[in-house]
Amino acid sequence: MKNSVLINSVRFLSLVLAQVLIFNNIDFMGYINPYPYMLFILVFPFNANRSLYLILAFLTGLTIDMFGNSGGIHAAACLVVAYFRPIALRLTFGVSYEYNAIKLPNVSFYERLVYISSLVFVHHLVLFSLEVFNISNIIYILKKTLFTGIFTSILCLMFNILFSSRRE
Amino acid sequence: MQQIINFLIRNKNFLLFAFLFFISLVFTIQSHSYHKSKFVNSANFLSGGVYESLSNMQDYFNLKTYNQQLLEENARLRENESKLYSITNSSDSLSIYNTTESQFKYIPARVLENPYSKTDNIITLKAGKRDSIFPEMGVITSQGIVGFIEKTSTKYSTVLSILNTNFKTSAKLRASDHYGTLEWNGQDPNIMTVIDMQEQAHVKIGDTIETSGQSAIFPKGIPIGTIENFELDNSKNFYTLSVRLFNDMTNLGHVYIIKNIDKEEIRTLEENNTNEE
Repeated sequence: MKNSVLINSVRFLSLVLAQVLIFNNIDFMGYINPYPYMLFILVFPFNANRSLYLILAFLTGLTIDMFGNSGGIHAAACLVVAYFRPIALRLTFGVSYEYNAIKLPNVSFYERLVYISSLVFVHHLVLFSLEVFNISNIIYILKKTLFTGIFTSILCLMFNILFSSRRE
Repeated sequence: MQQIINFLIRNKNFLLFAFLFFISLVFTIQSHSYHKSKFVNSANFLSGGVYESLSNMQDYFNLKTYNQQLLEENARLRENESKLYSITNSSDSLSIYNTTESQFKYIPARVLENPYSKTDNIITLKAGKRDSIFPEMGVITSQGIVGFIEKTSTKYSTVLSILNTNFKTSAKLRASDHYGTLEWNGQDPNIMTVIDMQEQAHVKIGDTIETSGQSAIFPKGIPIGTIENFELDNSKNFYTLSVRLFNDMTNLGHVYIIKNIDKEEIRTLEENNTNEE
């Protein structure tokens, strides 16, 4: 238990710092900034207390918002991801995740890809809708969601594979 | 009663979700209307400190560009100085420059964080209340306008960048006194638009647009950019101009904050006028 708290705190700090100091300044092709900090929400222990998880997701988003001066858009997007994660888990891994049998380092590449990218796109859609906040720019929102989503998914997958060294 | 409590316990996660989501929506809506005071911003000790230490490192890589900008600015100032010297020393003109104190004071500040890829960009500066910086002061570089101060803490402040869809200021043609409203559509960080420019104005591609001095934030005549394209709007009464900025907003190192000494006086005058009506 203590170990898990420590690991998650370290992960939170390093992901937020990496996001704020590096990934917010990438500006690939002028406007694409990936958001790999959301890996913290994606790999948070599946069996953790639900309310605690929601609050932590909210605080993660709010920290990014504080650095980016973006109001509450990251907080809202993270909250939506945290709330709908069980659905994504059930769709990807079937019902077996409910018995705590799933450990992300052990699942196949394909399942990992589906799980991560589906939640990344949900996150980005909420994020950019709130950022632009104008329904007439829907094409711009979708374009930004698609390109940034691809970038973020690749980065999240890479980090996830790199840092999950535990093998059976 | 029992049922209500049961209902609350059963749906506690959904209620928590709804409550937190509501809070974040409030923050988001606040951030889209810049008159509201923001609760979450980067002018605080934590994020300001992190940005400051990062900027301390990054500044070394940009020293060359900053030196170049300073050299150019020095050259321009030197040129102006010699012009002024010749004016004030010629016997047939009144010396106006010695009699009145300048209305504007310039305070230098360092840029800590300068985003430009979002639709509502906000810059963080290393200068705050300690350096007598207060909200609604204009921010410029030697090349053009940058934005105005939105929020200050003791050591840091945030700037509502011109690359923000909430930003609006009055702009005019350098050649004549035709006014328009300068704003940004949230797409290209080098292009801004001026709307509502009178159809009578003689607009040409390549003309210079500058600040009009109608607001108390920016003095008159600060350069903004050159006209790249223009068209008449649907009513055929007003031009819409796209303006290419002089300022490279993607590369800001040091800026000047403009302190308008007469601002209080102008404000009290305006308030008195509205009260009397």
